[in-house]
Amino acid sequence: MERAMRKYWPLFVLPTMIAFTIGFIVPFVYGIWLSFCKFTTVTDFKFVGLQNYTKIFVVNGEVDTTFLHSLWYTTLFTVVTVLIINVIAFVIAMLLTKGIKGTNLFRTAFFLPNLIGGIVLSYIWLMIFNSFLARYSKTIVSTQWYAFWGLVLVVCWQQIGYMMIIYIAGIQNIPGDIIEAAKIDGASGWQMLRYVTIPMLMPTITICSFLTLTNGFKLFDQNLALTGGNPGKLSELLALNIYDTMYGTTGWQGVGQAKAVIFFILVAFISVAQNKLTTGKEVEQ
Amino acid sequence: MAKASDNVSTVRRAKHGGVLTTIMAVICFLWISPILVVILNSFKRKAYIFKNPFGISSQPLASIGFEKWQKGISKTFVGFLNYANAVKKTNFFQCFGYSIFITVASVFLIVLCCSMCAWYIVRVHNTATRAIYLLCLFSMIVPFQMVMFTLSKFANILHLSNPIGITIVYLGFGAGLAVFMFTGFVKSVPLEIEEAAMIDGCTPPQTYFRVVMPIMKPTIITVAILDAMWIWNDYLLPALVLNINKYKTIPIAVQYLKQSHGQIDWGAMMAVLVLAIIPIVAFYIAAQKYIIEGVMAGAVKG
Repeated sequence: MERAMRKYWPLFVLPTMIAFTIGFIVPFVYGIWLSFCKFTTVTDFKFVGLQNYTKIFVVNGEVDTTFLHSLWYTTLFTVVTVLIINVIAFVIAMLLTKGIKGTNLFRTAFFLPNLIGGIVLSYIWLMIFNSFLARYSKTIVSTQWYAFWGLVLVVCWQQIGYMMIIYIAGIQNIPGDIIEAAKIDGASGWQMLRYVTIPMLMPTITICSFLTLTNGFKLFDQNLALTGGNPGKLSELLALNIYDTMYGTTGWQGVGQAKAVIFFILVAFISVAQNKLTTGKEVEQ
Repeated sequence: MAKASDNVSTVRRAKHGGVLTTIMAVICFLWISPILVVILNSFKRKAYIFKNPFGISSQPLASIGFEKWQKGISKTFVGFLNYANAVKKTNFFQCFGYSIFITVASVFLIVLCCSMCAWYIVRVHNTATRAIYLLCLFSMIVPFQMVMFTLSKFANILHLSNPIGITIVYLGFGAGLAVFMFTGFVKSVPLEIEEAAMIDGCTPPQTYFRVVMPIMKPTIITVAILDAMWIWNDYLLPALVLNINKYKTIPIAVQYLKQSHGQIDWGAMMAVLVLAIIPIVAFYIAAQKYIIEGVMAGAVKG
């Protein structure tokens, strides 16, 4: 069968590979090359070595902390959202697997915000935040911390429903006889949670944590629409900082591309760590 | 004895259930209330949106007394004026058309091409197919920012800056995840079925379309749902790739409603947000079962 199939590669593989080359391979390789160049478009470039990378941190002999601030701000944002989203999603999932009336309707409602895209979602909340804060003559971009908690709230509202669905699937997959056995042994509700439900859910918890982790790290749309990086550039998460460097200031495309390479390495590192952890868990079981 | 305790626990659960249902109902109402507030405000005169965003009159009842409050109601609401404004300003129906076309065409291309590619690289063993698989895996961990500049410039050079061309860009950038998910499924399909089809005289394309593709239907739905959600809501890729003066998708139209005027016309913005949400809710209600299943399946694999 393999031999019969082999000659059909132009039909089966070629269309995807042509698009993949245009949409991924060439831009990726070229992107790495351009991070060592000074350029304004893809056709006029001059090799400058590591200059773009040093310019991220030092400009004209002075230390520029914008990128480091953005990195720190993103890390803090990611940690906070991972914690809040997972805890709340888990609690809601627990409540919605007790078989109470209206479970389906509740699940639908919690999941709904997830389908609304980041841009639309952010303007919904921008209106609500600003009308609340107007009473105290403030806006969402009054300080970087207003912006921070605004972003946290928006992202939680969006992602809790998604993670809830995954947690519900995980809880429903816990074998009934284990729960039955624990009940017969006289486990209290708390003991049940601590020694049965949470250990059995570890794979699900790992998946959800990493999903929220990468989502937080790569967040862009909400940042752009809700705060635009204001005040100053203080609420810029990494993705927006890269975008801003690349398109906001002429002559800085190379520096933006260099930042993008660093960003890629960070994200790749997280993904590989996730892969190691999840496959490790599978072996254990 | 056992029966008695069973009864007790059922009674307790039922009582608990009622309280829980009520609490959850309140939380759910609060959860979707931001959307309800936007719907309410989309019918208000611009000037009144920020004065009393959560009420139905020009100012809160407590601050102006009942009579003024009652008069304020008719002053506040403008019917569909904001909607008319919004549709005109953003050219909404055209954007909607582009969004629908780009999403449907891209999802169709991704599902068709990537499932074919996945079947081939699972069934044919050589260095090339192995390399393709690894490249697809690798592409999944690359964030869009890494390729956004070069991708948009190349798309421009290749004349892909239009709604038809962008579907090829989406196929290319979405191929990694799609091929990965399809290969995961094909590996679990027994070879015997396909061999039987080929012995009966089917060519590989016939085998694929008559035998393999129908078996893949659940994964096809999963990939289609996940990619549709991604492409419909995507902002940055179309904003960079498309010729923005000619073609706008809905997220771009929403974002540009702000930029083109510096200040935001909040009346039109409220209306546009409602218009943007309606198709999503309609799609959600129609395909809820598949969406939930798709999310569950996607999470386990991705």
